[in-house]
Amino acid sequence: MNQNDRIRPGTGLSRPDRQALAKDAGRLLRGPARRLFLRRGLTLGGLAMLTGCSVTDSETAESLLMAVSRFNDRVQAWLFDPQRLAPTYPESMITRPFPFNAYYGIERVPLVDTAGFRLKVGGRVRQPGSWTLEQLASLPQQQQVTRHICVEGWSAIGQWGGVAFAHFLNRVGADLTSKYVGFKCADDYYESIDMPTALHPQTLLTLTFGGQTLPRQYGFPMKLRMPTKLGYKNPKHIVEIFVTNDYPGGYWEDQGYNWFGGS
Amino acid sequence: MTTASTSSARQLASAPVVQPVWVRVTHWLNALGAILMVLSGWRIYNASPIFGFRFPDSITLGGWLAGALQWHFAAMWLLAINGIVYLLLNAVTGRARRRFLPLSPRQFVADLGAALHGHLSHDDPARYNAVQKAAYVGAAALLVLMVVSGLVLWKSVQFPLLRTLLGGYESARVVHFLAMSALVAFFVIHVVMVVRVPRTLRTMLVGR
Repeated sequence: MNQNDRIRPGTGLSRPDRQALAKDAGRLLRGPARRLFLRRGLTLGGLAMLTGCSVTDSETAESLLMAVSRFNDRVQAWLFDPQRLAPTYPESMITRPFPFNAYYGIERVPLVDTAGFRLKVGGRVRQPGSWTLEQLASLPQQQQVTRHICVEGWSAIGQWGGVAFAHFLNRVGADLTSKYVGFKCADDYYESIDMPTALHPQTLLTLTFGGQTLPRQYGFPMKLRMPTKLGYKNPKHIVEIFVTNDYPGGYWEDQGYNWFGGS
Repeated sequence: MTTASTSSARQLASAPVVQPVWVRVTHWLNALGAILMVLSGWRIYNASPIFGFRFPDSITLGGWLAGALQWHFAAMWLLAINGIVYLLLNAVTGRARRRFLPLSPRQFVADLGAALHGHLSHDDPARYNAVQKAAYVGAAALLVLMVVSGLVLWKSVQFPLLRTLLGGYESARVVHFLAMSALVAFFVIHVVMVVRVPRTLRTMLVGR
């Protein structure tokens, strides 16, 4: 996402907004006739209050909005059909070039050493430990050509290949009754997803993109691809996976974005 | 109170109800909901404009993308629940049939012509002319389209039928934007008309 979406705005109404509001308030108090109230009620000064930061920055508004977002998590969990597949597309529809997207510029994409890399697996699993990329590649692989939808609104069709995440979770003896699967990434990104989505047939722990080893800018060494969730929910450069019942949060969620983030 | 104002107060009190309280309440809740959705929606659009322009951030709601999304997905409940209540009550009370039917294209053309020449009468605010009927039915239809296209944007995987009906995810973005534009155009004309016939604002506030 771009810088504008990353930075929270400052607090308080701007000076012109405050002046406009004060003028409107003065007009309302002065006139005895109701007609004056009716005509002046819908002024730009009044509307400015809606767009001004004071409403969105008030603690009551913020906590209410966050509460609704958590309610929406429950609604989305109810709407999520574990059998319903996201649409797939022919290779001819793959977006070329596939867009690069991160909360930093492409020059800061982490460089992960292939040979020395170990995926750390822990939490509520019977076989915690570490995996090399070779070991992961030796598990049954699947391909998908699906639409990546960004929370900003744009979308792009890409081709990913990797291990069915449900298969992987079973291999490490994960407690599938747990609520969350958490991820830690090489670029200080972190994410977490609900267990039903983790087990969805199209959720892939991907090692390849476009049939080639996952390029550095698209998430090497691995990216969790979920066509049932928005882009920011699909972590890249994963270095650690853990199963837990303690809410792990997420890089963007901890700043106000919705946690379930489901398509 | 003087004699004159007492008798005029009595006149107003006995005037027939033009807008029952449930119409007024749902109307203003809808106005609030729609405004919140449009202003926060503009900020969401700005994050990835599909046409070659952005709305000035100062007229949008939410401060940044996360804030705009929070407002959008909160106000949607107000808009949807209030909308369903409005539609249900209209059907159950028979008001929909009385106020909006019949819809005659010929009458629409005639009334539009009369309006443009300043000859359209507003003696009885309880009777909608053909242009009003078309506009209000159209606005309601646009709001339904906003919700349907919004559902495709929000959950294109979980609503495959709606997604197909609207031509896919990217197509739904265009439908969502165009329906919003038509709705905003309605809003502007609606407010201008109310200003020209202020009696209608009173009936929507007080009922008569």
